[in-house]
Amino acid sequence: MSIHAGRGIRIEGLVKRYGHGDTAVDALKGVNMHVAPGEVVGLIGPSGSGKSTLLKCLGAVIDPTAGRMTLGDESIFDNGWKVRDLRALRRDKIGFVFQAPYLIPFLNVTDNVALLPMLAGIPNAAARAQALALLTALDIQHRAEAMPSQLSGGEQQRVAIARGLVNRPPVILADEPTAPLDSARAMAVVRILNDMASQFQTAIIVVTHDEKIIPTFKRIYHIRDGVTHEEAGEGRSLSA
Amino acid sequence: MISLASRDILHGWGKFVFTGIGLGLLIGVTLVMAGVYRGMVDDGKALLDNSGADLWVVQRDTLGPYAESSSVHDDTYRGLLGLRGVERAANITYLTMQVRKGTQDVRAMVVGITAGQPGQVPGWPPYLVAGRQITRGHYEAVADIATGFRIGDRLSIRRNQYTVVGLTRRMVSSSGDPMVFIPLKDAQEAQFLKDNDAIWQSRRRTEANPALNRPGVPGLLDAVLASQSTNPYVNAVLVTLEPGYAPDEVADSIRRWQRLTVYTRAQMEDILVGKLIATSARQIGMFLVILAVVSAAIVAFIIYTLTMDKIREIAVLKLIGTRNRTIAGMILQQAVALGLIGFVVGKIAATFSAPFFPKYVLLVPADTIAGFAAVMIICVLASLVSIRLALRVDPAEAIGG
Ligand SMILES: Nc1ncnc2c1ncn2[C@@H]1O[C@H](COP(=O)(O)OP(=O)(O)O)[C@@H](O)[C@H]1O
Ligand SMILES: [Mg+2]
Repeated sequence: MSIHAGRGIRIEGLVKRYGHGDTAVDALKGVNMHVAPGEVVGLIGPSGSGKSTLLKCLGAVIDPTAGRMTLGDESIFDNGWKVRDLRALRRDKIGFVFQAPYLIPFLNVTDNVALLPMLAGIPNAAARAQALALLTALDIQHRAEAMPSQLSGGEQQRVAIARGLVNRPPVILADEPTAPLDSARAMAVVRILNDMASQFQTAIIVVTHDEKIIPTFKRIYHIRDGVTHEEAGEGRSLSA
Repeated sequence: MISLASRDILHGWGKFVFTGIGLGLLIGVTLVMAGVYRGMVDDGKALLDNSGADLWVVQRDTLGPYAESSSVHDDTYRGLLGLRGVERAANITYLTMQVRKGTQDVRAMVVGITAGQPGQVPGWPPYLVAGRQITRGHYEAVADIATGFRIGDRLSIRRNQYTVVGLTRRMVSSSGDPMVFIPLKDAQEAQFLKDNDAIWQSRRRTEANPALNRPGVPGLLDAVLASQSTNPYVNAVLVTLEPGYAPDEVADSIRRWQRLTVYTRAQMEDILVGKLIATSARQIGMFLVILAVVSAAIVAFIIYTLTMDKIREIAVLKLIGTRNRTIAGMILQQAVALGLIGFVVGKIAATFSAPFFPKYVLLVPADTIAGFAAVMIICVLASLVSIRLALRVDPAEAIGG
């Protein structure tokens, strides 16, 4: 882990304040966090503790109020300063996996995944090849031509993971990715995330309540009232 | 890059096609309305063309004979014939009425034409599709085919019977009523003729008037009664010009010497289009505006619904780095596609339904092009609300609470 210490994603003293004056809410009160490439960490906390806010800051969809964020060697937020093109940053550097798959209903499985490289300007054929390779890695290539509505919940979630991974982002943010899945499916998803992390050296943050998967993390960040505490996890083996 | 708009349309094509057809029927109605206006203008021009006249001489200070009633004495034409530049001058009467055949009747414009050689007298139908022109001085008629009459049919106009001897096509009044031509004398009588009872009443009144019934002046009563039962007036005199004479100059000299009002072809067209059908045109214009607003509302509503249904997907698209431009383009393309479907359906509907309308519907390419442009503009404007909505979607919404 130490060889990657300077890379992955790192946040220091991150503060997020919603609103102004009397009604201001400090959702994050100085969060520190570091996830190395190839590492999967859990982010756990009660409702209202600031998990979603942290994920939105990491996902570059809301601006932190103060603190610093670096992605790899690149500073993306530094006490008010931020990278100019957040949209391109999200497209190229961050993969998103949500609680619900949120696939685009009018695109088939392949194009749902291939859309990201296409948006980045990669020709359609190459983007589809890239998508298909990932769908194969996730063992869902046989549904490549299907529409999202024709897939089961587990299949949809795997497609959503493929979409999160397809641009080979250095960071993946997963928000309750196993919530709608049964135990076996949930473990399969965690295994996929771990495989992808080690295969592509991706830093993965998984927000979860799911008691089934919490024991699989080697490292866990607990968040309470906008402050994080790091803790060693059980790191239970994933072999089926 | 794939076209998000076309994928979305193909995915939900049912909704799209049905909305497109609904919109299309509305656009079809719009095109037909414009066609009705064009038809009215064209009917007016056909009326002027078919009259064969260069000048219309009418009662002083009237807009006759089509837009206002006009009455000139039936010997006026003689004075006109003597003027320089006048080739021919012929009396004419127009009377819109119900023409009966057996038990049914048809609304028609009865035109009284001066006897003479066919093709030489202005006011005569320029060509026939069947039969012959009127050759006898009384009780023959040439009817437009749109009346539904056939050669040999017996028509009743007031108390007289007429035999149809010829048929014309597209001889209509400015309000689209088909024409029935009859000899001038008959037409003058028809305009004037009262029923027997009324004639008898009026005769009795005259006889009872001591000023008119003077035993000392034999023949006076008979002369008065005779003058009461004939109609020496016509509605207008149609004039043709000798080659080389300018209509305006001849019109000026008629105005100066005969103290009548004279219209040239161009002025007559102004009266028909600018005055006679102006109210109808404004009426149609109002309908066009309403239809445009309704179409815009439909497009806006359906595009708005389609966008509302996709808010979550739009948030996801934004989150994963889709440009605003791409998302706006998707919505815009859908609106335009809806407009295209609607326009094609509308154009087809208008083209096929036009012949079934009772009035002449003239679909001109200029209206089609203008209609297309209007549909496109309406669709673009209607999509703006939805585009605004989509651009305001926060990508953070995809992550949730
Ligand atoms: N847009 C917002 N405006 C104001 N307060 C917010 C907003 N989003 C979240 N909060 C507040 O910030 C705190 C953390 O919320 P959130 O990050 O959603 O927590 P979690 O996802 O852990 O439930 C809560 O007190 C919440 O009410
Ligand atoms: Mg939350």
